[in-house]
Amino acid sequence: MDSPMSENNEDQQYPRRWNHIRKILERAGPFCHPNYEASPEVLNFVMTSCKILVIGAGGLGCELLKDLALMGFQKIDVIDMDTIDLSNLNRQFLFRRKDIGQSKAEVAANFINSRIPGCKVTPHFNRIQDFDEDFYRQFHIVVCGLDSIVARRWINGMLLSMLSYEENGELDQSTLIPMIDGGTEGFKGNARVILPGMSACVDCTLDLYPPQVTYPLCTIANTPRLPEHCIEYVKLIQWPKENPFDCAIDGDDPHHTNWIYEKSQDRANQFNIPGITYRLVQGVIKNIIPAVASTNAIIAAACATEVFKMATSCCLPLKNYMVFNDLDGIYTYTYEAEKKEDCLACSNVPKILEIENDNLKLQQLIDILCENESYQMKNPGLTTVHDGKTFTLYIPTVKSIEERTRENLKKTLSDLGLKNGSEILVADITNPNTLIFSLKFKSHS
Amino acid sequence: MASPAPKSPEQSDKSKKYDRQLRLWGDHGQTALENCQVCLINATGLGTEILKSLVLPGIGGFTIVDGEKVTEEDLGINFFLDIDSIGKQRALVATQLLLELNTDVKGDYVDESIEQLLKNNPNFFSNFSVVIATSLNERALLPLSELLWDLGIPLIVAKSIGFIGYLRIQFQEHVVIESHPDSQNPDLRLDKPFPSLSQYVDSFDMDKMELKDHAHIPYVVPLLKALNEWRQYHNLALPSNFKEKEELRQLIRRGIKVNEDGLPEAEENFEEAIKAVNFAVTPTIVPNDIKKILEDDCCINLTSKSKPFWILTKAVRDFVENEGEGCLPVRGTLPDMTADTNRYIALQQIYLQESLRCADIVHRRTQQLLHQLGQNTELITEGDTKLFCKHSSNLAVFRGTKIADEYDPKLVNVSMISQGVEDPDSLMVYYVMLRGLDRFISDYNHQPGEFGDEHDIVKLKACISKLLNEWGCGSLSKDDYVHEIFRYGGAELHSISAFLGGCAAHEAIKLITGQYKPLHNTFIYDAITSNTETFIF
Ligand SMILES: [Zn+2]
Repeated sequence: MDSPMSENNEDQQYPRRWNHIRKILERAGPFCHPNYEASPEVLNFVMTSCKILVIGAGGLGCELLKDLALMGFQKIDVIDMDTIDLSNLNRQFLFRRKDIGQSKAEVAANFINSRIPGCKVTPHFNRIQDFDEDFYRQFHIVVCGLDSIVARRWINGMLLSMLSYEENGELDQSTLIPMIDGGTEGFKGNARVILPGMSACVDCTLDLYPPQVTYPLCTIANTPRLPEHCIEYVKLIQWPKENPFDCAIDGDDPHHTNWIYEKSQDRANQFNIPGITYRLVQGVIKNIIPAVASTNAIIAAACATEVFKMATSCCLPLKNYMVFNDLDGIYTYTYEAEKKEDCLACSNVPKILEIENDNLKLQQLIDILCENESYQMKNPGLTTVHDGKTFTLYIPTVKSIEERTRENLKKTLSDLGLKNGSEILVADITNPNTLIFSLKFKSHS
Repeated sequence: MASPAPKSPEQSDKSKKYDRQLRLWGDHGQTALENCQVCLINATGLGTEILKSLVLPGIGGFTIVDGEKVTEEDLGINFFLDIDSIGKQRALVATQLLLELNTDVKGDYVDESIEQLLKNNPNFFSNFSVVIATSLNERALLPLSELLWDLGIPLIVAKSIGFIGYLRIQFQEHVVIESHPDSQNPDLRLDKPFPSLSQYVDSFDMDKMELKDHAHIPYVVPLLKALNEWRQYHNLALPSNFKEKEELRQLIRRGIKVNEDGLPEAEENFEEAIKAVNFAVTPTIVPNDIKKILEDDCCINLTSKSKPFWILTKAVRDFVENEGEGCLPVRGTLPDMTADTNRYIALQQIYLQESLRCADIVHRRTQQLLHQLGQNTELITEGDTKLFCKHSSNLAVFRGTKIADEYDPKLVNVSMISQGVEDPDSLMVYYVMLRGLDRFISDYNHQPGEFGDEHDIVKLKACISKLLNEWGCGSLSKDDYVHEIFRYGGAELHSISAFLGGCAAHEAIKLITGQYKPLHNTFIYDAITSNTETFIF
């Protein structure tokens, strides 16, 4: 990655603004990175050359943009596909009531650019999947403030796929883009530093994201006990059956929420189950995660500090994971998450999918990919290669192909001509790249 | 299509806006927040970051005390000042820009330094719920600490310098009813089943039930039946060691239905009963920290000025000693378990009704106490008592210390400081550095390293040595920390202030809502290593 030539700094507006940062960067200290060379050049690099990508302009994103802009960064891009909602205003402090319905990325960028002279935030009202390697390659550091694990894994996969290796197998350091990632939930949060290919990546630590709580269908249908069971019943069974609005549930449509609330209440009354509230109904439908301004501020700040350290080398970066919670006093714990030898995303070892035998049905194979803790895929599409020709096993994302290949789900692997050692190509939204698995049968049928 | 007439409760604009936080501290927590007044001393970068995370969730109002004018330097660390504000009153501009965040919040300012305000109008502070101070020097800190201590108003002091952050909370006493523990054991009373619970459990003749029903009995039933049987043979004692618990598990296992081949059926409820032996078969006792609260002077010796918390505590204490037969009121919640709807709901109702019965007794005692004390009996509602009883096993009481006492070598916890300083992993060294820094600023009127004068290193070292000497501590083993503080030259880094600002704001919210346990009482953040530590001064 070439860093652009330092631009002329003469037109810097209000230069004394940066006197605080200057003190830190223009003097060395005993806790600096061993190779740190204190000089005005460091701040110059931060301000004129260093390009940062912020992913997400929500609770963490708004804070990150402010923090980075006040740490001297002036070339910042921000991606967010969301628009502003009333329930954002209790923490996403760059947004006002008049902004509801507008692009988060655009409103946030405008606000920062107008508040902080010289700072240029470029908004992208997009999904991260809308961009390719060429786009991502222009950044020195990527910071994520996302609430979606899938999006985190995707960008993680993207940064990994951009690495290139020398002939002797050594990583070409100039292809490495550090990723700083923050996450929050209520009064808990975490911040981490990922050096793709070198330290633990998002997929290395998938076990930190336990799969979402689900209730067994038989409980929901036959023995409901909790208000949540009643709401899930309406959501999963009654809605598809009655199809009251001729469409899928939209958690943001109050008519939908009202309908589900009323039906859930009816069902709860029928079983004498106490505790249905409108808030609970909304929470279950939209899988709402509680959020407050303070936790977002804290985690975003921890991430911004790491970006600053990484960009300037003025301190050693966090190595590499910090957990935070302030439910009971203020508690933090810092440790080094370990790179997983056979990580789906970052290891170079061939991926082996071990299964019982070829009596397994294709649907069951897909279930393994979705439910296994170290895969946690969402909606994988599978192809294989027979005699040099690509053969589609199942592709769920394209309607016509889905219809054509749905039959295969019921077939066994042996029906589909898959053998011990056969390769399966798996595409899923959790990774921008297609993953190749070799099948390994524990026994033969 | 036509939309059905909404029978749903109309959601207010406020509850939509605050939805994500109401899920944490509830409508009553929000009300407490909306009724509070916060005072911020000095609208520094750190100061406005703290207020930001209080204005957004909707405190009632704030007042900024700051006599400074906005400088160009301020713009680099403070998001709530803009280029047009250079030279203007910092308190005014920060107030205006912070108010833009939330139209529900009222804001005001005083363009006066804290030193002057303390001199001219010490009564100024008496109506605040909490006072938060940043960039406070020793000269102002000590009288403010004394003043607020006497007024019984909590004070939060925050500092941000270079990569180091510091928070200190001062209050005389803080009580928490809803501490929201991350996890807790259910309150099932298996060792002391109350009559309606025993009646319910006895009503089951499990052997006569069909498999489908049998597999849907709430686990409390087979567990309590087996426990009662086990206790018959053990002088009514409870299983206390592994061997005895294993016997009990064996008894439960014996109740599992067998199929035609003599193999046990898969009955999840029985599996749950077996698992519950470990956490549910324990003596129902008053936890030690709650015992301490019930024995607190404030509880035993109520006065006409006693706060509702202590009156409720006394009522619960009397309940424990009388109707409760040594136990706290029943919590009244039942965890989810494998069961059919009717049996689960019936059992849930049994626990709920028992908890209401307990709360009713406690409430009557509360009313009597209020009456005896000459306090208004409406001061504590039935709802208050119910809430208190439900959480009575998780109450918390914190007693604070005065910040000013840390400046008295006879009163400060010297042994904690010297132990910390000797431990290379402890962040105590930064407490010492910050105290040395205070001393330096008092003596020289500028920040060490502010103008790059290397003599400051020697002077700062001398300040710190003097402090350590006053405390009777040995000197520091290395000068690295002094050099690091010198390097900062008083610089404030925005991201460090933002981290600390979030922490301080949340602690203020805990103090205001009376929910969640607050920081007690000193917190150091070292962003160089991303470590934090809490000390009790
Ligand atoms: Zn990995």
